[in-house]
Amino acid sequence: MKRSTIDLWVGLFVAIGIAAVVFLSLKVANLTPQSADQTYTLYADFDNIGGLKVKAPIKEAGVVVGRVAAIQLDTKTYRARVTLNLEKQYTFSRDASAEILTAGLLGEQYIGLLQGGDPDELKPGEHITLTSSALVLEQLIGKFMTSFTGGNNKNSASAAQ
Amino acid sequence: MTELLLSPLRRLGHSTINAIWRLGFITRFLLAILRYSGQSLLRFNLTIREIYFAGVMSVIIVVVSGLFVGMVLGLQGYNTLSRFGSADALGALVALSLLRELGPVLAALLFSSRAGSAMTAEIGLMKATEQLDAMSVMAVNPIARVVAPRFWAGVISMPILAAMFNVMGIFGGYLIGVVMIGLDSGTFWSQMQNNVDLHYDVINGLIKSLCFGIVVTLIAVFEGYDATPTAAGVSAATTRTVVTSALVILAVDFVLTAFMF
Amino acid sequence: MSSDHFIEFRNVSFAYGERPILKNISLTIPRGKLVAIMGGSGSGKTTMLRLIAGQIPPSAGQVLVDGRDVAAMNHAELFEHRRRMGMLFQFGALFTDLSVGDNVAFPIREHTRLPESMIHDLVIMKLAAVGLRGTQALMPAELSGGMARRVALARAIALDPQLMLYDEPFTGLDPISLGVIAHLIKKLNDALGTTSIMVTHDVHKSLDIVDYVYFVSNGEIVADGTPEDIRSSPSPWVHQFMWGEADGPVHFAYPASTSLQQDLGLKGSQHD
Repeated sequence: MKRSTIDLWVGLFVAIGIAAVVFLSLKVANLTPQSADQTYTLYADFDNIGGLKVKAPIKEAGVVVGRVAAIQLDTKTYRARVTLNLEKQYTFSRDASAEILTAGLLGEQYIGLLQGGDPDELKPGEHITLTSSALVLEQLIGKFMTSFTGGNNKNSASAAQ
Repeated sequence: MTELLLSPLRRLGHSTINAIWRLGFITRFLLAILRYSGQSLLRFNLTIREIYFAGVMSVIIVVVSGLFVGMVLGLQGYNTLSRFGSADALGALVALSLLRELGPVLAALLFSSRAGSAMTAEIGLMKATEQLDAMSVMAVNPIARVVAPRFWAGVISMPILAAMFNVMGIFGGYLIGVVMIGLDSGTFWSQMQNNVDLHYDVINGLIKSLCFGIVVTLIAVFEGYDATPTAAGVSAATTRTVVTSALVILAVDFVLTAFMF
Repeated sequence: MSSDHFIEFRNVSFAYGERPILKNISLTIPRGKLVAIMGGSGSGKTTMLRLIAGQIPPSAGQVLVDGRDVAAMNHAELFEHRRRMGMLFQFGALFTDLSVGDNVAFPIREHTRLPESMIHDLVIMKLAAVGLRGTQALMPAELSGGMARRVALARAIALDPQLMLYDEPFTGLDPISLGVIAHLIKKLNDALGTTSIMVTHDVHKSLDIVDYVYFVSNGEIVADGTPEDIRSSPSPWVHQFMWGEADGPVHFAYPASTSLQQDLGLKGSQHD
């Protein structure tokens, strides 16, 4: 086979390979520009983060605006400190609130931000003060069960009389 | 009676020494390849030629296998996930299985049996027909001229083939999940994108396939170079390439997975 | 004078492990001559070529090429030595993945920086020298055995070597091809002024073309001389070799350690 033919095929092979990697990066992994100069950091403390994981999305009105960068336990307050990496183009007011939500009944957990009305904006490194914790299913069921069994006892007591 | 006890021990000792000797030999062989890579990479057309034979000629088998593996993942994944009411996660399941494990491992297994065995047979035959001797008598180092270009061609081709395998597999999963079963296309992709991380999954998968490329090609060229220069010797070496490669790919995969994920 | 002796073996011995191949061989090959080394299979002839090419070092003694010890050469010197040497292998050893033209061009491309047009002309000249001009585009698999051997010869002389080594150049050829190769070897030796060493067991054809002959048996030189000397040699060994007699100084039977009767268990068998 001629050398130019081989060169052509190999060129095509490498080009398709690069295209495949680009496809995997952009379409499959949803490569978002997350280098330090395009994002800024905010913190939020939660009483309970439930099953939140690093890299979980942060959404405002359902739009992904950033990702969870780190989760630590603050040893003074014993609350979970979550580091949020947000894209620079999105800024939030001082009274913005953060809550941990679940996608669907058993889906993954993410942070939902809710923009406030304060004209002052949160600067990089500041804390979101208004937070609400994850809904932990077991606790919810526990509460529900106690109120349910409480009502049941009353009924059975009245039936026995 | 003592001979009955001693002879298996002796055989064990013999094969242990043999294995260690070969390990040392293959390491020195790798060092020699790296040492002479400079002069062979300067004449890159030699490597391009080998990329054609190792890489381009393996595309068909890799692409077709990738498509089928993706389709099987789509079917099996849907059956399992729908039992837990999370068929939406099919895209994530297909992509993660392929990127992390199936893509690199299966592409490497296919590559070793398609291209690795051919490399072994080719180099073994060149040795048997005195072509390697002829080269060294012509003051041309066979490791620089014959072995190193093939080695680099394998190392370069492997990640490309694995990436192709992954893309075809995801496409196969898409065909089954979205086109055939009727899951929502948007959910399929967004679930995938939310769960696949560029560094953690895509890059690690490519690093894996690069490692497989190195070991598979090294085994292939080594077995060829080390083959007994007879018809029986070359055929035994070719078989050894495929068997050893398969075992080493799976063992290296385990080690890499333990470190990466 | 070492300048007259292009190749000199000084008390050379060689052994593969425990098995001795060459035992204390001394010989000289003058510059510009065509010398044959003859002997039966396994007599160590090819080993002598490998020693000259520097592929293996001798166990004892020295192999001098142009006054320099091959075994003492470093890597660069050895490659320099091989660059000035051509070797024709037993079955040609053409590169099966390259065309005839690329095979002949191979040493030129590897060792020179000549432009492609000049390489093209050189290849045609070398192929014309062996009578195969016009075969450049063929692949080695398309050649007959004799043609492949001639292409290999063209490749070996591509860089105009000072020394040519021929390893069994006549093996497996029909009488006509054999005659052609023998003629070419003689012609090239005379035309290029090359020193040539030919290892062979084809006696009669070789005696027609060579200047001097060494007979090797069991790692030792048993006879040497010009072709005339050899033809009239009284040595029973040479006589047996030249006329292909089954029994003589070289025994027909392998020297078994037990007798035939013992092997067959007829008598004197010693069962434990």
